[in-house]
Amino acid sequence: MCLQESLSNVSLYLMCLYLHFTHRYYVSSKTINKLIQVHDRIFCCIAGSLADAQAVTKAAKFQISFHSIQMESPPLVKAAASVLKELCYNNKEELQAGFITAGWDRKKGPQVYTVALGGMLLSQPFTIGGSGSTYIYGYADAKYKPDMSREECLQFATNALALAMGRDNVSGGVAHLVVITEEGVEHVVIPGDKLPKFHDE
Amino acid sequence: MSSIGTGYDLSASTFSPDGRVFQVEYAMKAVENSSTAIGIRCKDGVVFGVEKLILSKLYEQGSNKRIFNVDRHVGMAVAGLLADARSLSEVAREEASNFRSNYGHNIPLKYLSERVAMYVHAYTLYSAVRPFGCSFILGSYDQDDGPQLYMVDPSGISFGYWGCAIGKAKQAAKTEIEKLQMKDMTCRELVKEVAKIIYIVHDEVKDKAFELELSWVGEVTNGKHELVPKDIRVEAEKYAKVSLNFKTDSTTDQGGFPMPCKQG
Repeated sequence: MCLQESLSNVSLYLMCLYLHFTHRYYVSSKTINKLIQVHDRIFCCIAGSLADAQAVTKAAKFQISFHSIQMESPPLVKAAASVLKELCYNNKEELQAGFITAGWDRKKGPQVYTVALGGMLLSQPFTIGGSGSTYIYGYADAKYKPDMSREECLQFATNALALAMGRDNVSGGVAHLVVITEEGVEHVVIPGDKLPKFHDE
Repeated sequence: MSSIGTGYDLSASTFSPDGRVFQVEYAMKAVENSSTAIGIRCKDGVVFGVEKLILSKLYEQGSNKRIFNVDRHVGMAVAGLLADARSLSEVAREEASNFRSNYGHNIPLKYLSERVAMYVHAYTLYSAVRPFGCSFILGSYDQDDGPQLYMVDPSGISFGYWGCAIGKAKQAAKTEIEKLQMKDMTCRELVKEVAKIIYIVHDEVKDKAFELELSWVGEVTNGKHELVPKDIRVEAEKYAKVSLNFKTDSTTDQGGFPMPCKQG
């Protein structure tokens, strides 16, 4: 259904998402937004049942915003990921949604957390998810290196997305990337035909 | 000393004509009847000292604690009705634990003290319950936020402090605390000063024996709140007793005897 990828870097963090939603063999939309902003410097990639994911992120966004106001400071990425994890774990019977939560906070800088379907929370330097991710585990493991620059990060993410979209029949459409730094948030949108080409014919 | 409420002091849900809630003020009086507890924040940690009056020779040493562990990095020193204080320490523990369960990290002390203060305040609103008759001092140390010290009183307000005292000798203790340059001190230096202050404010005439309970949290304990180790406590008490003797000697008048002096 979609490929998500997040990388953590020295001073920035990058999320990229594949916009494609399918219902069995019917492509409902090629341009839906699967990168939800839950706070100023924290984004969530969603996967699984999009209805569940949207409901959970809506609840999480409210809780995180309230928490941030009570704390009188921006929330920690870990706190935001924990809120999502609590929602996923406590309602695991009803829900079918997984997330990649990532962002920047003053305490630990850029971070990436995976919240799996049953509610497991894991911190990683980078992570991939979604149906298309199975095709690029090798590529990601081989090509990732710590402390990449912003451009290297963007290139890595774009290449990975392009490769996955090329092989996964239920992934495609538009690639949506978000670059999060202390200074701000930048969106990069790459239509499918502008992605890098590889030898996957 | 105490003004009689004449009918406006029967429940916490009543104001007096001059805008006071007498029940809350009476609760604060209960705190003033208890022995002193102090907390001081220095540059790398927080130290608590409590004067525990020994009312019976049969008391087991180290029992009847007045300093509680609320979380790994948070300690709480209390004064007032001890049963109320123990129940509030449980409330604080639950708050800290729920926070960690929901948000995955240590509770910031400012937030914890506000939450517990809100709970204490709730008991000052109704006639069906009485306010808590205890004040307490919360202290914590965190890698990023550094040492923090907050005090909550029976009215349900909480303030952050560099040093504070609660209990019967709080005025005398405050005076002593103000003399310290705590922002430049380390925990090890501060432990001795805290012991000294407790010994100074202890009233030998009215209250005979007392046991000093000392605890700290800071870089020296790696962020864990714990009772000061026995050897350091003994050393601090020795320092306190020596300072006290020196102080009492200098205040007694020796009379007009010329001191012999060597010339050479």
